Amino acid sequence: MAQTSAVADDFDVARARAYERRRRLVLILRLALAVVIVGTWEITTRTGCHGPDSATCVVDPFFFGQPSGIWSQLVSWVQKGTAQGPLWEQIAVTLEETVLGFAIGVILGILFGVALGRNRLLSDVLGPYINVLNAMPRIVLGSIFAIALGLDIQSKIALAVVLVFFVVFFNAFQGVREVDRDLLANARILGASQGQLSRHVILPSALSWILTSLHTSFGFALVGAIVGEYLGARKGIGLMIATAQGTFNANGVFAAMVILAIIAIIAEALIVRLENFLIKWRPNAINYPVAM
Amino acid sequence: MAESAKPAIELDRVTKRFVSPTGRSFTALRDLDLTVAAGEFVAVVGPTGCGKSTTLALISGLEPPSLGTIRVFGEPVKSVGRSVGYVFQRDAVFPWKNVLENVAMGPRFRGADNEEANTQAREWIARVGLAGFERYYPHQLSGGMRKRVALAQTLINQPRILLMDEPFSALDVQTRALMENELLELWASTGASVVFVTHDLEEAIGLADRVVVITAGPGTVKGTYRVDLPRPRNIAEVRFQPRFIEIYEEVWKDLRDEVLVSYERSKHLVAS
Repeated sequence: MAQTSAVADDFDVARARAYERRRRLVLILRLALAVVIVGTWEITTRTGCHGPDSATCVVDPFFFGQPSGIWSQLVSWVQKGTAQGPLWEQIAVTLEETVLGFAIGVILGILFGVALGRNRLLSDVLGPYINVLNAMPRIVLGSIFAIALGLDIQSKIALAVVLVFFVVFFNAFQGVREVDRDLLANARILGASQGQLSRHVILPSALSWILTSLHTSFGFALVGAIVGEYLGARKGIGLMIATAQGTFNANGVFAAMVILAIIAIIAEALIVRLENFLIKWRPNAINYPVAM
Repeated sequence: MAESAKPAIELDRVTKRFVSPTGRSFTALRDLDLTVAAGEFVAVVGPTGCGKSTTLALISGLEPPSLGTIRVFGEPVKSVGRSVGYVFQRDAVFPWKNVLENVAMGPRFRGADNEEANTQAREWIARVGLAGFERYYPHQLSGGMRKRVALAQTLINQPRILLMDEPFSALDVQTRALMENELLELWASTGASVVFVTHDLEEAIGLADRVVVITAGPGTVKGTYRVDLPRPRNIAEVRFQPRFIEIYEEVWKDLRDEVLVSYERSKHLVAS
């Protein structure tokens, strides 16, 4: 007996080691890939495009930026601030617009999705209009919002809401439509009122659909805020990008993108947390890979 | 108990037609007459697609009949009534609620406060043998345990009419016999009228006071048979009694023809 358990132990240890080796290999390969890509970018843009020996120029950093230049741009923003004020202020403004737009869009999307999903007449009447609105390139509405709501955060929030709403709406609608008929019948027999049906059966059932839509729609909220700022603003990361573009500062554009990427990754991690918290009843709650 | 004179359930020449989205109509039940006395256990058997489940949906008030009347304790059924409990064929427990929350739903829907509902729910969870599993989610339980949750969830409302739609068909044979015995015990203590739909004749005879055979669709009553086996019964053993076998043969003669009709039709459907 002792021997068999020792064999099992050895087997487990070997397996754990193999697993650990593989994990390390993946990590090393990932890092190597990043080094190769960033390194190639750096080296090819250091081939002397601006100077006496410009014949050797491969990639011009004036147009394509340069990793070291992007880094020093970030450092200078952190230390000296941006053209329109401290960096943190810009990030805070963009975040405020994104989060508010996201929250309003999600709430409206869920309300409309559940209402239309539950009411056949309402969905038959409004359905075509919603499809038309969805098919339109709504980003253009940013111009209207800039005219109507001015250069402050309202116009950016409005644009983010318009982008987020449809993603959440369609998912909530579909989720409500796919509620198990037996569960509905069961709840009715048990004595549920219409309101109780919505709260105890329809919403929880549609929740996995709605939560899936949050992953995409946060990205849309960020796009709405940035484009809104780009179209006209006094503060924000979108304005920083517009300013960088205006001064032919490619490194500035890339540096702003780095900041946006970090924001998006943190938001994604928070959404995964929310998802796992809300649907802990699921057999194997989906774990979206965070920060690959 | 003046009410016991009135039948618990009366279906009077009930017809149910469904209209498909393409406008074609399909008759599930035609001129179905069925009476269930208070406290009686009636099993309804019939071939696949004969409208057994539709019958339950009509009695529960989930679906209105196309023609005819349905009365529960003398009152015409207009919507989902409070005296009805319904155990579904598939698991209809709520996957996002744990066992306690699932069982407590009935009382909560009917206006009990949380504490009261939970106290009642704990009691019923214990009665179906799931004490200790209050915090488990349905996906963490076996099929038989989920069925127990469904039973507790239904019985906690103390329905005077219990409708069961092939509730044990997804369980393995041993679990099934166990659950059938427990159902009989629970039923004996509640005195509810039961309509139990199944395609398993052994199960029907083992459980019921009366077996009703429904014809291949459109469904109507082909015959009813009194099961005069003594109670309490043990499902695992009752089937060896000579009287059980006699009744089985008698009912099977009726049922066989309908099963064949239904089978021939399904062959044609596949062929065409």
